[in-house]
Amino acid sequence: MPDLPLPERPLSDRTMIEISHVSRSYGAFKALDDASLTIREGEFFSLLGPSGCGKTTLLRMIAGFDNPTTGTIAIDGQPMEGIPANRRPTNMVFQSYAIFPHLNVEQNVAYGLKRLKLGATEERRRVEEALAQVSLTGLGKRGANELSGGQRQRVALARALVMRPKVLLLDEPLSALDKKLREQMQVELRRLQQAVGITFILVTHDQYEALAMSDRIAVMFGGRITQVASPKEIYQRPVNRQVADFLGGMNFVKAEIVEENGASIVVDTLGFGRVRTDKPPAFTRNGGSATLGIRPERLRVLWDDATSKFEVAGRVVERHYFGEITHLIVEIPGLEKPLSVTETNDFGADDIPVGSAVRLAYDPDALVALAD
Amino acid sequence: MTMMNRMLSRWLPAYAFLYIVFLYLPVVFLPIFSVNTTASPKFPLTGLTLKWYRDLPNTPALIDAAWNSLMVGVSAALLATLLGICAARAITRYRFPGRRAINGLIMAPLVLPEIILAVSMLLVMLQLGLSLSLITVVFGHVLICIPYSLSVLTSGFEGFDRSLEEASADLGESAFGTFRRVTLPMVAPAIISSLLVSFTISLDEFIIAFFLTGTEPTLPIYIWGQLRFASKLPGVLALGTVLLVGSFLLLTIAEVLRRRAARRTQNTGGAHA
Repeated sequence: MPDLPLPERPLSDRTMIEISHVSRSYGAFKALDDASLTIREGEFFSLLGPSGCGKTTLLRMIAGFDNPTTGTIAIDGQPMEGIPANRRPTNMVFQSYAIFPHLNVEQNVAYGLKRLKLGATEERRRVEEALAQVSLTGLGKRGANELSGGQRQRVALARALVMRPKVLLLDEPLSALDKKLREQMQVELRRLQQAVGITFILVTHDQYEALAMSDRIAVMFGGRITQVASPKEIYQRPVNRQVADFLGGMNFVKAEIVEENGASIVVDTLGFGRVRTDKPPAFTRNGGSATLGIRPERLRVLWDDATSKFEVAGRVVERHYFGEITHLIVEIPGLEKPLSVTETNDFGADDIPVGSAVRLAYDPDALVALAD
Repeated sequence: MTMMNRMLSRWLPAYAFLYIVFLYLPVVFLPIFSVNTTASPKFPLTGLTLKWYRDLPNTPALIDAAWNSLMVGVSAALLATLLGICAARAITRYRFPGRRAINGLIMAPLVLPEIILAVSMLLVMLQLGLSLSLITVVFGHVLICIPYSLSVLTSGFEGFDRSLEEASADLGESAFGTFRRVTLPMVAPAIISSLLVSFTISLDEFIIAFFLTGTEPTLPIYIWGQLRFASKLPGVLALGTVLLVGSFLLLTIAEVLRRRAARRTQNTGGAHA
C-alpha cells in the first residue's frame, strides 16, 4: 500500500447501491425488516450493530448468497433479482477469510481471474499488482497454511480486489486479528479504499472500527436501520438511547420537557439545570419526559480556582486508571445515577483522591436530547 | 505416592515392551516361516528359499480366489464409500433431529459380534430369495465397511468451511466449477482413503464371506481351506505374508491421505498465526 498521504477522495453523487424496502424472514423470525439505503459510488460505508441485528444478512443479500423476502436491491442501476452470486459485480472478504487451503497465495489470488481468460502475462501482472496493493509482494508461492492471521486477511483482500469489483464487501474482516494489528489494518484498509476508489461495504460490531474507517455508517438493531449518518454525527448526535449507548460510553440524565419547537427543545434537569439543545431529527415526544445524554469525555475536571459558565459539582466515588486516561465516577447531588467522566492524565486526574469534591465543566452543545 | 510413581516409571516400559511383543510376534513368524525350506513351521530354520512365493502364481485355485477377492473388495469399497460420502456430508453439514442416533446406528456394526451379523445376514438373504454368490458377500462387506468409511470421511469433511464454496461462487465460478476446483480437491484424499480402508477390510474379511459366499471362495476362505493340508502350509504362509504387507501398505497410504484431508479442511488459524 502506498505510504504517501492521500487527499480525501471527494465523494461522488452517483448511486452505487440502492436498497429499497428489503425484508428477510426465516420462518417467523424477521432478520431484516424494511431496510432502505442508498450507498454512493466510492463510499466507505459501514453496517454497524450487535450480533443478530441483520447486518450480515443484508451484506449476504448484496453479494447474492441470500435473497430478500420482499424488496429490491440494485447495484449500479441494475436490479439484482435472480442474478446469482457468481454473476454479480461484487466481491467479498469473508469473516473466516475462506482462503482455499489447497492453493498457494498466487493461485488463491488468481482464482477468479482464471475464468476471465486474460492470458498468462496479463493474469500475472494483475496478481502481482493485487499482491503489491496489500503489501504481500514476494509471498506468492507461500502455501495457504503457512500464513499468519494478518497475511490471510491480506490474501482474502487481494483475491477480491484483483477482480476489480464495483463493490467490495467486507464481513467483519478484522475481528480475528489482535488489537494492535486490527488498528493498523483499519488505517491500511481506509488508505487502500481511498487509493482504489471502489465502494466498500463493511459489516462490523466494533463501533471504533466503523467510526475510524467509514464515510457513513448505518446503525442497525433488531433487523431495522436506526440511523444513517457520518461517524461524527452518529457519535455526537445519536437519534436515540440505543444508538448512543452502542457507540461508546454515555451518561444519561432524566429531563422534563419545558418547551419544544421545530428545531430545538428546552428541558429541565436536576444536575444540569435548564438546557436548550438541538432537537434530533427522529425525536418523538413520549409524554413530558426525555433523556439528556453527555459523553464521558465531554465532562472536564475544573482544577483549583478555574471556573466555567457551565459546571456541576459533585464528589468522586470511584477512580479507574487506564494508562493514558483515568475514568472517574462522580456523584452529583440530585442525579439518580453518578456521572462517568473520562479525563486525560496530563493534569493529574489519576491522583484525585476518591471521596474528594470536584467541579465538572461541560459544553451545553455536548448535551443531546434523546427520546425516551 | 512417590514410591508408587517410581515403581511405575520403572515397570511401565517393560510392560509396554512385552505388550508389543505379544501383539506382533505371531505376525513376525508368518514371514519367517514363509521362507523356510521345510514345510513344517519349526525352529531352527532348515534353510532359506523363495520357492513358496514362486509357486503362488502357479496355483489356479488361488488365482481364482484372488480374483474373487479383488472383485468383491473393489465393489464393496466403491459402494461403502459412496454411501459413506452421503452419510458423512449429511452428518457434517446439516443439523437435523436424530443426527447422533443415525451416526451411532451406522457405526454399530463395528462393535456387533461378526458371527451374529453374518448369521443374520445369511437369514435375510435367504428370506429375500437371493442365491448366495459373490454379490451377497459384497452386501455383507458394505455393511461392515461403512463404519470405517464413515469415520474416515467424517474426519475429512468435518470443518469444511462452507464459505470456501461461497468464496468460489463470489469469484465468479459456477456450481460445477466450484465442485471441480474447490470441493473435490479438498475431499479427494478422504475419499481415496475411505476406498483403500474399505478395500483392505473386505480383502481380509473371513466370517461374513464364509457365510454368504456360494461356491466361489475369497482369499481368506481359500486360505482356510488350505490349512487342512499340512503340505500346503508354507504356501499359505507366503500368501499370508503377501496379504499382510499389502494391507499394511494400503492402510498406511489411507492414513496419510486421511490426515492430509483433515489438515486441508481444518485450517482456521494458519500455521504461524
